[in-house]
Amino acid sequence: MTLWEKMKASPVLGGKEGVIGLAVLAAIIFVVLPLGVDIFRLNLIGKYLTYAFVAVGLVMLWGHGGILSLGQGIFFGLGGYAMAMFLKLEASDPLSTKIQSTPGIPDFMDWNQLTALPWFWEPFKSLPFTIFAVLTIPALFAYIIGYAMFKRRVGGVYFSIITQAIALILSILIVGQQGYTGGVNGMTDLRTMLGWDIRTDSAKYILYFVNGLLLFGAIFLSKYIMSSKFGMLLLAMRDKEERVRFSGYDVSNFKIFIFCLAAMMSAVGGAMFTLQVGFMSPSFVGIVPSIEMVIFCAVGGRASLIGAVYGTLLVNYGKTVFSETYPEMWLFLMGGLFISVVMFFPSGLAGIWDKYATKYGWFKDKAEPVKKPEVSIAEGEAQAVLTETTPETTLAAKTNDAVIKKATRKKAAPKQTEPAPAIDSNKMRGAEA
Amino acid sequence: MSNTDFVLAVEDLTVSFDGFKAVDSLTMYIDKNELRVLVGPNGAGKTTVLDLICGKTKSTAGSIKFNNTELTKLSEHEIVRSGVGRKFQNPSIYENLSVYQNLEVSYPKGRGVFGSLTFKRTKEVEDRVRKVAEDIMLTEFLDMESALLSHGQKQWLEIGMLLMQEPELLMLDEPVAGMSAKERDQTAELLNRICQNRSVIVIEHDMEFVKKIAHKVTVLHQGKILAEGPMEKVQADEKVIEVYLGH
Amino acid sequence: MFGYSMADIGNIVVMQGFSGLSMFTVLLLMALGLAIIFGQMGVINMAHGEFMTIGAYTTVLISKVAASYGFTNYYFVFAIAIAFLLAFAVGYFIEFIMIRHLYKRPLDTLLATWGLSLVMQQIFRSSFGAKEVSAELPEWMLGSFKPTPDIDIPINGVFVMVLAALVTFGVYMFMYKSRWGLRVRATVQNRTMAGAVGINTAKVDRVTFALGCGIAGIAGAAFTTIASTGPTTGTLYIVDSFMVVVFGGAASIVGTIASAFGIAQAQSILQFFMTSSMGKVSTLLVIVTILMMKPEGLFASKLRK
Repeated sequence: MTLWEKMKASPVLGGKEGVIGLAVLAAIIFVVLPLGVDIFRLNLIGKYLTYAFVAVGLVMLWGHGGILSLGQGIFFGLGGYAMAMFLKLEASDPLSTKIQSTPGIPDFMDWNQLTALPWFWEPFKSLPFTIFAVLTIPALFAYIIGYAMFKRRVGGVYFSIITQAIALILSILIVGQQGYTGGVNGMTDLRTMLGWDIRTDSAKYILYFVNGLLLFGAIFLSKYIMSSKFGMLLLAMRDKEERVRFSGYDVSNFKIFIFCLAAMMSAVGGAMFTLQVGFMSPSFVGIVPSIEMVIFCAVGGRASLIGAVYGTLLVNYGKTVFSETYPEMWLFLMGGLFISVVMFFPSGLAGIWDKYATKYGWFKDKAEPVKKPEVSIAEGEAQAVLTETTPETTLAAKTNDAVIKKATRKKAAPKQTEPAPAIDSNKMRGAEA
Repeated sequence: MSNTDFVLAVEDLTVSFDGFKAVDSLTMYIDKNELRVLVGPNGAGKTTVLDLICGKTKSTAGSIKFNNTELTKLSEHEIVRSGVGRKFQNPSIYENLSVYQNLEVSYPKGRGVFGSLTFKRTKEVEDRVRKVAEDIMLTEFLDMESALLSHGQKQWLEIGMLLMQEPELLMLDEPVAGMSAKERDQTAELLNRICQNRSVIVIEHDMEFVKKIAHKVTVLHQGKILAEGPMEKVQADEKVIEVYLGH
Repeated sequence: MFGYSMADIGNIVVMQGFSGLSMFTVLLLMALGLAIIFGQMGVINMAHGEFMTIGAYTTVLISKVAASYGFTNYYFVFAIAIAFLLAFAVGYFIEFIMIRHLYKRPLDTLLATWGLSLVMQQIFRSSFGAKEVSAELPEWMLGSFKPTPDIDIPINGVFVMVLAALVTFGVYMFMYKSRWGLRVRATVQNRTMAGAVGINTAKVDRVTFALGCGIAGIAGAAFTTIASTGPTTGTLYIVDSFMVVVFGGAASIVGTIASAFGIAQAQSILQFFMTSSMGKVSTLLVIVTILMMKPEGLFASKLRK
């Protein structure tokens, strides 16, 4: 088997379409954009791509699991702040802070009459610890929230509201505790990482590529999970949680796991944000950024990992363009986007792409194997139904050698009487269009 | 409570909702390989009894022993893992998965988070799915998305999902609701087949159907047992006749 | 404790308690509207704060008009009525074009109404400017009682409290004693059956939603007596109001009152002893912790499932 055939046959990648989808995205991120735009714009795109980590996590959590967290900014922020603490300490060596009344501590601490480094800042002098903290602290925090709520079977809108409240609490706390956090301005003036100046163009290029690779890592990991039995169970839980529970599964553990994983991905995004942008502030933690990240995911197509990346890029590009030229229009647009995506395009860009890809027969696979089951969109509202890179492919891989990446999108089940929205007639081929 | 030879021993089981006793000091024993049918008017507490056994509702008092293991203190998934399967009143299947996947998800391996991440579709799983699909007469629909099945087929599929787990005790809440006469006959055969090596509790209103399957019948009324025994005996019981016909 | 004498603390608690009462009334009015929409219909209305802002701007505008004609002392009653009617009308319209299509998708409703709130905020900003504006308060509402020399009780606070009490009573009568309330509750409990016995469930939904929005409009009118209004005024209250509703147990009026009272008082009193942000953080933290342990809220009744 050639490499191409192997890739096509890989259930994780999602067959021919999945491979093409990933390849196109990789080409855009790693070739087209770096060659096509200057470093200032590329750095901006790198910033957008850090939000894509959050969006990818939300695809699993919300798109597949039906769990809408309005607090992903918490984890993005925790990751970003952990990295910022390390960089800030490095930028605050006694020599460069000698004009302060207490040299050797971050400037904002000095302004707030702190005379010594707080204890919880100490470990962030070490880069390995910082990386460890980025990966574990947000996940641990998510574990505590998830354990408390999912074990008590809090779900649906209650989960959303409570995560939103936690995001609010954290952002108020960060703003309020200036001496420890830099307050509303955040941690600014970050310069070097282990002596390497992150503000230079070459560093920005390198960080952009590292960020891209990490993002692909997150996408591959998510694809693997979605194609496993775990992914199938996630869909099953969204549909009939009781049935899953009475089939012998501890539903809460699955939810906790996926919540922690999404948190961890968001935190990596946050850390990369700090590195590329050179600061971190509470405006990336609170209610507004958290819910905006949901809309990035929804615009791309809440069930599509690659769609989430495009959605993030597109919305942020729009935001940048509009807030530069017509700032007052931006809120209208953003608000309109929320409303129209939910009401008219619940499967987002992926759904629209798919409709046309199917209509014009692009990427038709020759071997047309097993009928794909469909996956209804979210929270028990099975009106719009689309297909996904379901685990079937993984599992079928054992028996059918050539796999199998045809997803047919069908009408919702006949008994569903809810008038289906525009996307009803969409055909979705290969979830990750 | 002492240990018994029964598969299921329910003793003095009571549950009250804000003072209303939906099940009131119920005592009931189920033998190995027995097919028991629970009948009774609406609100008699039939479904609540199943809810209590499978842990969906927590009891106020009393004990439920399954192979001499106390179930009242276990959580739902632990009860299932100990060998109790439960079918709900309305067919509860994963409409967005294929019939094959519905059965596969119910296969009792890879039940933990990490187990499910590394779960592989082995020959064993494949064979088991095909065997069960044959039992529930859905072999030719394996690749179909389950939302497209008829109501009766969905009922069978849910029974099949339970069979995948090879439970020792199978509880079915109105398994023939919404089925055609032919499907009812097929279901009766199915039930008679599957109770060969397990105990089954069925809730059913259709007396013709009950006659075809029941080894013993328990009549519930207002949370209490009104009568228990073979179908003929129960049908002749005056109290039962009064409850069913008296008002 | 914190260097205050017991008598000081007593006075502080009374005065902060009273300033907490103003916040309590605004929160209560916001939460009553939300409790109807969320508790009865299960709809999360993230734009609820903006309906309050509608009421607030309406009151401010009417006060300006009244001031220019010298009616300042009497306008407030009309302002309340018009704030209610306007918010009601907008709510009615929004239900018709948006909410009714999303009843089966609660999480999507949440996102769509968030979008709505952004649009409404921008409309406010474009129409009234980004600067905060205040209503011309009637003279009788200014000033305060002094029951003891150390205690100051502002009259506007007393006024909004009476208003809140009346509205609460009205909502209670409407939901539990009127024919219409019966229809609402019937629709909530069994939509199909309610439809079958001849209740126009679509209309019930629309009016219920609009009513919740209308009450938010009254909250806005009350709000103008204690603070000035800006385009983003509503967003400051939305999370708190949701916390009140969830904490009080979504469908219970008594719970809503009690939790609005508790949350407003806790914030107000804590804010005196800590910084304002820490007061808010500690209050929210306590609520979230309690909700994690008792997710059904404090006043939810046990039901047979």
